Amino acid sequence: MSTWLIHPLRGGIHPPDCKTLSNQQPIQRAPLPKQLIVPLLQHIGHITQPVVKVGDYVYKGQLLADSTAPLSAPVHAPSSGTISFIGPQPYPHVSGEMLDAIVIDTDGLDAWCELRPTADFTKLAIPDLLDKIRQAGISGLGGAGFPTSNKLSPRADQPISTLIINGAECEPYITADDVLMRERATELILGIDILAHILQPKNVLIAIEDNKPEAISAMQQAAQARDYHVVKIPTIYPSGGERQLIQILTGQEVRAGQIPAQQGIVCQNIGTVLAVHDAVINGKPLISRITTLTGQALQTPMNVECLIGTPVHELLAFAGLQNEHLSRLVAGGPMMGFTLIDTAAPVIKTSNCFLAATAQELPPPPPTMPCIRCGDCAEVCPANLLPQQLHFYALGNDHEQLEAHNLFDCIECGACAYVCPSSIPLVQYYRAAKADMREQEQKQVKAEHAKERFEFRQERLRLEEERKEAARKERAERLARSKAKQAKKAEQNKSDGNSDSAAAQEEIKRLKIASSMAQVALRKAQKQFDEHGTDELKAQVTQLSAAAEEAKQALHKATSKAEATVPPKQGVTDDELKRLKITASMARVALTKAQKQLEAHGTDELKAQVEQLSKAADEAKQALDKANEKATVSAPQQSSANEVKRLKIAASMARVALTKAQKQLEAHGTDELKAQVEQLSKAADEAKQALTAATARQAADPKPTEKPAKPEPSAAEQALKKAKIEAAMKRAALRKAERAQADASSITALQAELAEAEQHLAKLNQSETADV
Amino acid sequence: MSMVFIAVTALVFLSLIFGAILGFAAVRFRVEGNPIAEQINAILPQTQCGQCGYPGCKPYAEAIAAGDKINKCPPGGESTIQALAELLDVEPEPLDAVEGEKIEVVAFIREAECIGCTKCIQACPVDAILGAARQMHTVIASECTGCDLCVEPCPVDCIDMLPVASSLQDWKWDLPLPPGSIIATDREQAK
Repeated sequence: MSTWLIHPLRGGIHPPDCKTLSNQQPIQRAPLPKQLIVPLLQHIGHITQPVVKVGDYVYKGQLLADSTAPLSAPVHAPSSGTISFIGPQPYPHVSGEMLDAIVIDTDGLDAWCELRPTADFTKLAIPDLLDKIRQAGISGLGGAGFPTSNKLSPRADQPISTLIINGAECEPYITADDVLMRERATELILGIDILAHILQPKNVLIAIEDNKPEAISAMQQAAQARDYHVVKIPTIYPSGGERQLIQILTGQEVRAGQIPAQQGIVCQNIGTVLAVHDAVINGKPLISRITTLTGQALQTPMNVECLIGTPVHELLAFAGLQNEHLSRLVAGGPMMGFTLIDTAAPVIKTSNCFLAATAQELPPPPPTMPCIRCGDCAEVCPANLLPQQLHFYALGNDHEQLEAHNLFDCIECGACAYVCPSSIPLVQYYRAAKADMREQEQKQVKAEHAKERFEFRQERLRLEEERKEAARKERAERLARSKAKQAKKAEQNKSDGNSDSAAAQEEIKRLKIASSMAQVALRKAQKQFDEHGTDELKAQVTQLSAAAEEAKQALHKATSKAEATVPPKQGVTDDELKRLKITASMARVALTKAQKQLEAHGTDELKAQVEQLSKAADEAKQALDKANEKATVSAPQQSSANEVKRLKIAASMARVALTKAQKQLEAHGTDELKAQVEQLSKAADEAKQALTAATARQAADPKPTEKPAKPEPSAAEQALKKAKIEAAMKRAALRKAERAQADASSITALQAELAEAEQHLAKLNQSETADV
Repeated sequence: MSMVFIAVTALVFLSLIFGAILGFAAVRFRVEGNPIAEQINAILPQTQCGQCGYPGCKPYAEAIAAGDKINKCPPGGESTIQALAELLDVEPEPLDAVEGEKIEVVAFIREAECIGCTKCIQACPVDAILGAARQMHTVIASECTGCDLCVEPCPVDCIDMLPVASSLQDWKWDLPLPPGSIIATDREQAK
């Protein structure tokens, strides 16, 4: 064992160490608490998920919660008992916020679960060893709580040359590692054997500050047979910081943003080494730790081996807390620890010290004064930073400059704040600035992510729209093609190509649509009227019925005119025969239905209707017969057959309207409905008469000699169309206004407009018929 | 005379050369889009909420580059205005929003009430809502930007905007009071 050359730390401070307070007696065993609070997060990394539920009985050492995330450590039951609660519980954190925890009501038996000890760890493969360490839930016990198995599995391209066992324990008051080394040096050396076996380093250094001579001699004695260097390092705060210790022992600085493993160095805390020993040799998971209970407010400051999850107030009571002397309870050491707000919080894997300080020990800091730029902070900074510059940039929220001045290399040791003559809480500035910068960075990442997703979505929508547009175009083309084909066919069919008749037919179609729309409007209005029954609605209904009637008449006229103008075709086609057959069968169906109804109800009206329908059906049949005859006898009577057909359709439509109206009449029986039914029946009669007339004409005059088509005045037609559109729009406006329950005056105004438009339309209609 | 001729010829020659270089550079080093708009867009919070009156962050960035005001982004708040003011070298203005700066929120669908209409899915600018027609929908909280564009289209009002719960992991220290702002005798009262 040769002496190891050390490189003194630049900076650092010498606060009073106060270690004799707690290291004068052996490690005590804390009593078993009634309740254990086991937080689900006791390490750096991802929170674990419970694998047990409330009411379960768990043995000591049984797995309670685990996570599949790579950076995590499972938690185990520190003692046997029943799980009474899983949820937010006090947690030792500077914020005083709660964290999810598993609460165990201990049964006092302390019954272990089945353990799997290993007699000879060298026979285990290294991955198995690492898995054992992970399954035991070991995370760094020095304070930060980095999962140990992650730290022990460096990448293959980074061979570890130096393993450093950190027994420096530089922070004042804390003596947990000191007494551990004094009392359990053999186990510790065995633990170091395991770590060395895993990492295969060239050098193993056990660094201990020279204010712990007992620990140094104990470790030296235990390590005699091995090639480990027990290195005595000068006492200075913060020599126990990972990067500072590496610098002291190797002279190397760990570069900003790197981890020591990238330079072939792994650092492990003494407490962690013991946990590794227990996990591998005894098979015990990490369920207890050595914690220093110290401070002048305690009667018997000491080190206890306590179960993880033990509430802090129970430990303090065990050490004889004198509440009247307590001014501040600090979790951790006086330099880097934080004030513990809730003493119900439990001991966790990283709790190395609880300092119950009196007001004399930790006096409240004097008021903050402005910085006088003395530069003391820069002299003591162990990371070679410029604390006062960082302070100003943190005050000014200048993230760029903070980054440029390597804020993230600050280990928050508090040396700068300790020496500051103005009592500026420098570390708090750095912590706040770091948190702010991390938050900003997270926000930036999130914004970038959101932007990516937004742009992706935009692109997707654009592609979708393009696809739709292409499909639409294709459809339109197909339609155009088929239309062109049809037009060609029609052209071929009509050898002389009478365009006027086509126009007339289109006109008829339009009129039909208008007439059916008018009827629909009428029906709707009637329904509304039935429901509400206001005078306005009544007026509207009558208006609408008049309009419907007009539309129907216009249709009739146009149809007859078309009949007159359409030149006789070359005989009754099969199509027409088919259509006539359909009409006839429909009429029959209607008749049978009506008869059935008549049988069921037997009113006079129904009887009349049935009669009508039977007549209509007869007529339809006759028409069909005639058409048949005509088809066989004379070819050129197609036009009159057409007319008959159309008239029949009109008549059947009128009948349908009539039946509906009658049904309504039966249901409601108002006077208006009666009037409407009468009107409709009149219309139906008219249609029928027209039909009979047409049929008679057809019969009497088998070869109608019609005058050639007279071209319609297109101007008049357009005017008519315009007028119709106007009327329809007015009607729509009126309906909207009614639906919106506009005031009466606006409705009457709209009604007046509508009436005007309808009159105009009727006039146009008349003039057109006069023209014909 | 020849001096004048030489001078003119030399100038014409030079102008032709430089013109050719400039013309080449104009084609070769052409910058697509407005680079300033890109930089502005990088500062905006990308919630795509449209509270600025533009359909998304990028259109607003382009509008700012074209001379619009920089204080129309409520999700970005004061810090975004500061960053924009610094980038564009203009005076920072107070936020132009009725409700002021917004706290961070995330959409939450009360799933029992969801009727599966997919309207919110269509409204979400970042595809953070999962679901299908007549199936219950849910928000992927980690993808949600809290833009609240999904709240209005919901026909049964089953979407809440919940403040993002703070956890221990994202707890952060506050900046201490600036030096000199509290004197010793006030300390006890301030506690």
